[in-house]
Amino acid sequence: MIDRTVLKEHLVKWVLVAFALSSLLFLFLIFIFILAEGLPLFLKVGVNKIIFGMKWAPTKGYFGIFPMIISSFLVTIGALIIGAPLGLSCAIYLSEYAGKRTKMLLKPAIELLAGIPSVVFGFLGVIYIVPLVRSYLGGSGFSLISTSLVLGVMILPTIISISFDALVSVPRTYREGSAAMGATKWQTIYKVIIPSAKSGILASFILGMGRAIGETMAVIMIAGNALKIPTSILDPLRTLTGNIALELAYATGDHRLGLFSTGVVLMVIIMILNYVANFGIKRKIAK
Amino acid sequence: MDTKIATDRLRLSFGKTEVLKSITIKVHRNTITGFMGPSGSGKSTLISVINRMIDFENNVRIEGDATIDGTSILDGSINPIELRRRVGTVFAVPIPLPRSIFENIAYGPRLKGTSDRTTLHHLVEDSLKKAFLWDEVKDRLGTSALKLSGGQQQRLCLARTLALKPEIILLDEPCSGLDPISTAKIEDALSELKSEYTIILVSNNTKQIARISDFSAFFYLGELIEYDTTEKVFTAPAETKTEDYIQGKFG
Amino acid sequence: MRINPRYINRLVRMGLNVQAYFTVGILIIIVAIIFFKGFPHTNFAFILSFPEDMGREGGIFPSIVGTIQLALLSILLATPLGLGTAIFLTEYTKESLFTKFIRFGVESLAGIPSILYGLFGFIFFVIKLKMGWSLLAGVLTMTIMILPTIIRTSEEAIRAVPRQLRIVSYSLSASKWETIKKVVIPAAIPGILTGIMLSIGRAVGETAAIIFTMGSSLRLPLSLMDSGRTMAVHFYILAREGISMEKAYGTAVVLVLSILLINILAYYIMNKAIARYS
Repeated sequence: MIDRTVLKEHLVKWVLVAFALSSLLFLFLIFIFILAEGLPLFLKVGVNKIIFGMKWAPTKGYFGIFPMIISSFLVTIGALIIGAPLGLSCAIYLSEYAGKRTKMLLKPAIELLAGIPSVVFGFLGVIYIVPLVRSYLGGSGFSLISTSLVLGVMILPTIISISFDALVSVPRTYREGSAAMGATKWQTIYKVIIPSAKSGILASFILGMGRAIGETMAVIMIAGNALKIPTSILDPLRTLTGNIALELAYATGDHRLGLFSTGVVLMVIIMILNYVANFGIKRKIAK
Repeated sequence: MDTKIATDRLRLSFGKTEVLKSITIKVHRNTITGFMGPSGSGKSTLISVINRMIDFENNVRIEGDATIDGTSILDGSINPIELRRRVGTVFAVPIPLPRSIFENIAYGPRLKGTSDRTTLHHLVEDSLKKAFLWDEVKDRLGTSALKLSGGQQQRLCLARTLALKPEIILLDEPCSGLDPISTAKIEDALSELKSEYTIILVSNNTKQIARISDFSAFFYLGELIEYDTTEKVFTAPAETKTEDYIQGKFG
Repeated sequence: MRINPRYINRLVRMGLNVQAYFTVGILIIIVAIIFFKGFPHTNFAFILSFPEDMGREGGIFPSIVGTIQLALLSILLATPLGLGTAIFLTEYTKESLFTKFIRFGVESLAGIPSILYGLFGFIFFVIKLKMGWSLLAGVLTMTIMILPTIIRTSEEAIRAVPRQLRIVSYSLSASKWETIKKVVIPAAIPGILTGIMLSIGRAVGETAAIIFTMGSSLRLPLSLMDSGRTMAVHFYILAREGISMEKAYGTAVVLVLSILLINILAYYIMNKAIARYS
């Protein structure tokens, strides 16, 4: 009787350990399988020719993804230029100014915005943003600026919620101390609260970048997917994610391997961004 | 007198802080023994050794021994879960589980494997009667225990412990948050229960100890200062510290 | 000239106000456009009939079924795994190198973009394990994708359960597992449900990872090995290939409405849970 309960407790514990390990196992599998498919081509064609190659014609033996790397960063930076100030403003408003009822309205709205599928963003981008850019700014409308606009909105929830958490966790005494010195609310925010929440806000930007650089469906619908480095904000472009999504369904042989090589580069970029956001910056907060 | 619980030079420390300093005490069967002393005296820690709830604390070191019916309860072969069926505990703050009154009391018996409706019903009724709560709740056993008043909740906790059919009941300042009427009800219940159980009552309230306990122990800074019949401790204490404490000079 | 800080203060306040409502405005505009354009094309026949001519005519019944199958089956797999992980992290271990590793794994999984899940699911489940484009491959990929959400929300919910409840349960002779099963999990149910609802929302809206694992067959998936098309994938194909804007809008209404309802429900349950402990 006693032994059975003790045995059961041990069994439960080991089952739970196995469950907990599953996350690591999945991560490991994802890593291994993407690397296993993506690395051989780096060895065969050469790292330089892939990462710094300008030409992508996989059926003819060209696997250059440099324009896509640049394009991915360009749309990401564009998204940040739009999303970061807007997101931070929202977070400041929510944490410092909004009353309880406004918060009750705004916070769920932002969470809901995060839940809208990216295909819907892409679709509305094509229907509304692309023609708008075409008629007012010129070009085809499928462009860096259209993509950045849509991505900028898509990363808002990430930036708002993480910045908000950082702002809210600034100790009350800081605010009170500053207010006691006769500072206006904005002076307090500007001089005391934002500096103390700096690392959290930065983390929110970096995670927003990660979200933007990894975004796929909306991007392939709006970006135009052209295979060159855009020279103006009105030029079409193809991102790393777009490259994979556009061609994976029919690619075979080395062509498919080339898409996995694209995936490897994307994975490395995402890992670096996440590492910086999660460990580099959050650790600073902890101190 | 028959010894139920005994400790032998029991020492206990959390990290580097020694909380119990060589405690040797014998608690007698079917009595109420009052443990009193200011906070930090170690009385609650001693209780948590007897029910092995000390297992849930970190960095604990124990030396010496504690026995129930002459058998060590600190031995590795003792199953703390089995032990807690013999040693019931009522905590300072009543904490009902977020379920019905009935299910709160049936919780322990169900764990033991009792699932028969009639048996459980008898057990619940019996335990509630012993805790002087039956008349107040008999018509609403299915309602949430969280809806009861504080005093009722504490008697529910007592009934819940009784439903385990323990040999020993430990009460850790059970009346500290209660009004005088609720306190009186608990005290009445305890006085009736001592014929069947061995009861240890930890309390800061010396008057309560004087009212209902048969034996009284006074702890101070981890040491057992004085232990004797309640009458002796309260009328002719051997130690001045005890006298000062009882007279309310500190604590 | 020095401007009075009070005016700046007021100006900033106004500016922030406008921007906050602008964000909400975007949501409202998105939902409004979809609903206004889509509702004329949405009715019971649309929901309950099969598509014809690649989706140019008819309804979206198979993709609704496919979406529900995908969401429910992945929840069925991810919930025990995720809840188990959360229980392990909160109840069975102290913070150590081992838990740090596991947390690293969970954080990393959460950060991987869906196209990489698509790549992985495609090469591992579809190709290497020879599942082909199938409901099964989609479900397994989606399970891994939603696992971090389930773990995080469950962990938070379990941590919010007061310690005294556990202590009381132990004092009543419960073992650790009995305490978790009978006290901790029941008390954490609302938080766990929130995670489940959010995950369902994610599964319903996901496209990139699903299109390369579950495929895009228009037929009703009748077995785990059948390919199928979720609403999001159907919507994407209709819109991208310009098959039918009317049907695309119609699908978008059903898609967005279900996601909004699921998320609102998740939010509602979460607020109830918060109210319970504060």
